[in-house]
Formats: sequence, structure tokens, C-alpha cells
Amino acid sequence: MTTVTEKAKGFIQVDKRDAKLALAHIYVAFIALFIGGLCGLLQVLVRSGQFTLPWGITYYQILTVHGVLLGLILTTYFIFGFQIAAVSRTAGTLTDKQRSIGWIGFWTMTAGTVAASIMVLLNEASVLYTFYAPLQAHWIFYVGMALVVVGSWIGGIAQIMKYVEWRKANPGQPSPLITFMVVVNLAMWIICSLGVAVEVVFQLIPWSLGWVDKIDVLLSRTLFWYFGHPLVYFWLLPAYMVWYVVIPKIIGGKIFSDALARLSFMLFLIFSIPVGFHHQLTEPGIDSFWKYLQVVLTMMVVIPSLLTAFSLFASFEIRGRELGAKGVFGWFKKLPWKDARFVVPFIGMAAFIPAGAGGIINASHQMNQIIHNTIWVTGHFHLTLATTVVLTFFGAAYWLIPHLTGRILTKQMNHLAIIQAIVWTVGMSIMSGAMHIVGLFGAPRRSDFSTYGGSEQAADWIPYQIAQAVGGTILFIGIILVLYIVAHLLWFAPKGKTEFPIGEVSEHAEKTPMVLENWKIWLTICILLILFAYTIPVIDMIQNAPPGSKGYKLW
Amino acid sequence: MHIHKYEKWWLTLGATSLVVFLIIVGISAFHYGSHPPSAKVYIDPERVDEIAPFNNPGVHKVEGKDWDYEVVFVASAFYYNPPEIEVPFGSTVKFIATTKDVVHGFQVAGTNINMMLEPGYVSEYVTTVDKAGEFLILCNEYCGVGHSTMTSMLKVVE
Ligand SMILES: [Cu+2]
Ligand SMILES: [Cu+2]
Repeated sequence: MTTVTEKAKGFIQVDKRDAKLALAHIYVAFIALFIGGLCGLLQVLVRSGQFTLPWGITYYQILTVHGVLLGLILTTYFIFGFQIAAVSRTAGTLTDKQRSIGWIGFWTMTAGTVAASIMVLLNEASVLYTFYAPLQAHWIFYVGMALVVVGSWIGGIAQIMKYVEWRKANPGQPSPLITFMVVVNLAMWIICSLGVAVEVVFQLIPWSLGWVDKIDVLLSRTLFWYFGHPLVYFWLLPAYMVWYVVIPKIIGGKIFSDALARLSFMLFLIFSIPVGFHHQLTEPGIDSFWKYLQVVLTMMVVIPSLLTAFSLFASFEIRGRELGAKGVFGWFKKLPWKDARFVVPFIGMAAFIPAGAGGIINASHQMNQIIHNTIWVTGHFHLTLATTVVLTFFGAAYWLIPHLTGRILTKQMNHLAIIQAIVWTVGMSIMSGAMHIVGLFGAPRRSDFSTYGGSEQAADWIPYQIAQAVGGTILFIGIILVLYIVAHLLWFAPKGKTEFPIGEVSEHAEKTPMVLENWKIWLTICILLILFAYTIPVIDMIQNAPPGSKGYKLW
Repeated sequence: MHIHKYEKWWLTLGATSLVVFLIIVGISAFHYGSHPPSAKVYIDPERVDEIAPFNNPGVHKVEGKDWDYEVVFVASAFYYNPPEIEVPFGSTVKFIATTKDVVHGFQVAGTNINMMLEPGYVSEYVTTVDKAGEFLILCNEYCGVGHSTMTSMLKVVE
């Protein structure tokens, strides 16, 4: 779908060797999507009460596979494939050294994934992707998880090295916007995953090996959630990269403002880490003052979110008016509604409106009690991660994969991609809608089918569980469709050149102030806020710690 | 850095609503005492059965406190003790619970009584029961293979 004028302007192709590294990540991502999605289908079927799992497989085993593969593996691998390609496209081809480091990272993560998966398949690690102690998995599962994290650091460093090299070669100039955004995302990822790394390496591994008998449960959960909330921003920021940088190009418009885009990313960096307590609001042992403080910090992400919404719709409107749109909302019709690269991520953006509203409820101090650990929460992150983020990733895959494989997205595949997104929207509306409603009635998340001893309340939940099974089945059809398109783009689509769309900044935008790229300032603020939000409650937790817990294998 | 006029309005509106919202949540928390359950009471998880009040789970009428009843629960894989409780409609109740093994949830479906039970910690929540009927108490934190069978029952009687 590259136009003649775009070709004339010079077409930048990601180097073949970098493309290979990016594609390796993308392969793993889509394998994870298939297996994880299949487990999701089995879960909704089991929970409808109409189906039982064969061969002694347990509900919690497939739930663990679903969470680990889709929450951790699909996301991290797709993000790295996308980011490597984006850095190579905008900051230049990786050096041989950077690329080798990228491969070491890839294989480290993959070794970890395989090790952890084997333990889950052997039913030695049915601890879900949050692996809360004192449920105790086999030590190999924890080592696998540690390798995934360490591998992501190695692969991340390869991307950061390219950025550093670019900055040295171009002193005083703002770096390419998407490369800058990649580095912000990696900075956030490295800072937050230190928490889970400490939990796994210093608490879970020694304890599961029997080197120590007891574990500090609250500390381990706090370390996990110090990581767990920024984890969701690590998924979301690549979607924002697509929205800020790629979508304006696809609609034929310009990036509204380079400076505001950078500012909002830096705000995400500082406000997404010191907030983990909003996942622990109903837990004992944490003073409610510190919970409230982190609630306030959590809500600060509203600011960069509003910046983002404004910038995106501004570039849509400006483009629509350029095309002759009249009236207040006439520009909306002028958007390229037949181009999957736009439509699919756009549905993702739209889903973020209810998803964000739900998120505010979840993190609202007292209101959290109404929905904590109910299936409302599952409904919530199936809107954020499994709709907003995933549809944006699918939309990106439709140009990224053919760009990397030297093929094109045919008209038929473009059409099918739009159908896929509609199928997804229908399936998700039913499934996530049912989860939200029945969650408000009190139906729990992460639970096998149960009549709860014949409880009348629980009987009322069953129709919604059947609705979840219907929605989930439609979603699985959506997965088959996207895998078909991806397989086509990888191996069968006609050869040709596909653009990696990178938007240009509007000529009306202000010059970018270099302070936005001053890492000393932003990292200092980031770390000070973390210390502010966590130091006192964590010291309190350690000083007042009750006797620790021995491990349990209750599955 | 120059910011567009409409964008200023948009951000001002957004930031103002955010501040108002946080103030409301804050007043409700600190002035009216509506905090999520955040007790800081500690216990040896392996000796729960010997330590008061968990050596005597159930409903206890109390005098001279801000609440009328104390309801004591002990959770362990995969049941609650007691398996059923009864409290009078309109009374103020303090729920006091802990776990003997892994992390469990304590949720009374259809109410906002919802707290995590973690080994070594006592969870507490005070509330007025202002709806009559039978309410399912269930575990909402994965605790093992019997997780979805872990229940109790709250009966609020007139
Ligand atoms: Cu969060
Ligand atoms: Cu449970």
C-alpha cells in the first residue's frame, strides 16, 4: 500500500540481519499467542460448567500457561521484535556487536521460557503467572522466569547501545522519536524488573531449593507488584509508539508535536513505578496512608494519557481537514477506514476509553474492595492488554512482518485483517462485558467452575459464565484468523516492498527542548519518587515481619 | 515550550477533575475513616489455633467497643472455620481473619467486604450489615486445587 510519492521520498528498509533478529522474536510471540489462546478457550469452556478437561490436566495448570504465555511471553517478544526493528529503522542498522548481544538476549529468554514451560506442563508449577508465595513451584520454574528477565535486560541493552551511539554521533540533536520512546520503555522495564528479579533470585530460588526454610510473604508480594504495575505500561508504551509515530504517517498526516510526545513518555516513566500498592489495597501489613499516597501517584498517569488522547485526535482532525472535511466532526469520516493498519489499532484506542475508566475504579483506594480479585479485574485487563495493546500489535504486525520478510499485505489480507478486528471486538465485548458485570456481583477471578455449595448467588453467575464461553470462543476464532494472516505474511504473500511507516513532525510544532532528553534529570526524579513511595513502608514491613512461611504445593 | 490553547483547556479540565477526585477519595479515607482493610496485627502462622482470638472462631458479642460483634475466621486450604455464621441485621461487625497456610481471599459476595488473608498477618474490617439475607463467603485468591470449593456463609437475620 506504499504510494508513489512515499517511494520517491526514499524508502528505508530495515537491514536483513536486524530483520532476522526481530522476526525471531515475532515467531515466538505468535507461537505463544496460539498456545496461550488455546488455553484461554479451554478455561472459558470449563468455567461454563459444560466441559471438563481430559487427561488429568487441571484448570489451574492451563490458567498458568495462559497467563505466562500471553501476559509475559507474547508481549515481551512482540515488543522486542517491534522495538529492534524500530531502532534499526530510525537510528540505523545495529552493529555486529549490538546484534550479537540481541541474539544472546533472545536465546537467554527462550531458554528460560522453555524451562518454565516444561515445569508447568509437568504440573510442578501451577502457581499462575503471579507465582505468589507461599505456594511453592519447582525451582526450575523460578530459574526459567529469572532467565526471561535477565534475557530481556541483555536484549534491551543492545537497543540502548544503538541509541547511545546515535546520540554520540549527533550531539545536541534530539534522537529519532521512536528510538527515544523505545529507550524510555526499556529504562522503565529495567528499573521495575529489578524488583521481580530480587524476589525471584533472593527469595524464591533459595527457598524452593531448600537453602532457606521460610519466606517473607508480604515482602515478596510487594516486590512483585513494584514490577507488576509498570509491567502493564511496558505493554502499553509500544502501542503508544505506534499511535504517536506510525499512525499519523498511515493516515497521511503529521505528528502533532514531538515535544509533547516525549514529555508524555517521560511522565509515564516517572509515574508508572511508585504505584504498586494499588494492587495490594486490601492487604494487611501496609499502612493505609502509604496506600493512599500510591493511589495519588497512580492517578498521575491521567495527565500523560490526556496528552496522548489530545495529540492523536489533533493529528486525526488536522488530516481530515486537509482532505476537505467540514463541520465539527466531519474529519472523522475522512480517516482511512479501509486500511487495516489504521482501523485495527483505532479499535484498540477506542477500547482504551472504557478500559481506562475501569482502571481508575480499580485503583481508587476504597472502591477497590468492590472489585478486588473478582472477575471484573479479568474483564478489565482483557480490555487493556487483550484489546487495546493486542489489537495495536496486530495492526502493527500487518506492516511490520511484510516489511521484514520483503512481502506485501494483499487487498484480501487487508480485508481479512479488518474482519479479524471486528470478530475480536464482538468476542471481547461479550466476554469482557460479562466479566465486568458478574464481577460486580462478586464472582471471583482465577477460579475453576464451582456451584459454591449450591449458593443462590453463585447460581446467578452461571449465565454470565456461559456468555464468557461464547465470547471466548469467538475470540479464539479471531486468533485463528490472525495466525492465518501472519503465516501468509511470513511465508506466502507476494514479494514486494512494504513501508515501515514513520511519521514526520508537523512543521507547526515547536522545536523539541533538549531537557526532555536529559536522562540525568528524569531518572533522578524517577528514583526519588520510588524511594519516596516505598522506603518507609518497606522498612516497616521488614522490621515488623512476622515469622516467615514454609512452602506449600497444594495443586 | 508552547502549548496549544485547546490543549491547555483540555489539560486544565483534566487535571482539575483529577485533583477534585483525589480530594474526595482522600476526605472519605482520612476524615470518614473509609480505608481499605489495612490492619497491622501480626501472628505466628503455625500457631494460629493456640492464639486468641483464633483459638475460638465464631461470632462474639462485645461491649464498649465501636462495634457490636466480632466475627473471627480462620482460613486454611480449603475451608473456613466457622463454615457458617449468623449476625443480626443492622449491627456493626468487625471481621477478624487470618490464614494458617497460604494466601487466601475473604470476600462476602455482593458486599464490599473483601480482604486478603496472608500468613503472619491478621486482616480486619469493620462494617455495618445493612442488607438482610444469605451471603456467600468465598476465597478469591488462588490457593490450590480446592480453591473454588472454599466457602462459608454469612446470614444476616432480622
Ligand atoms: Cu496497576
Ligand atoms: Cu483460594
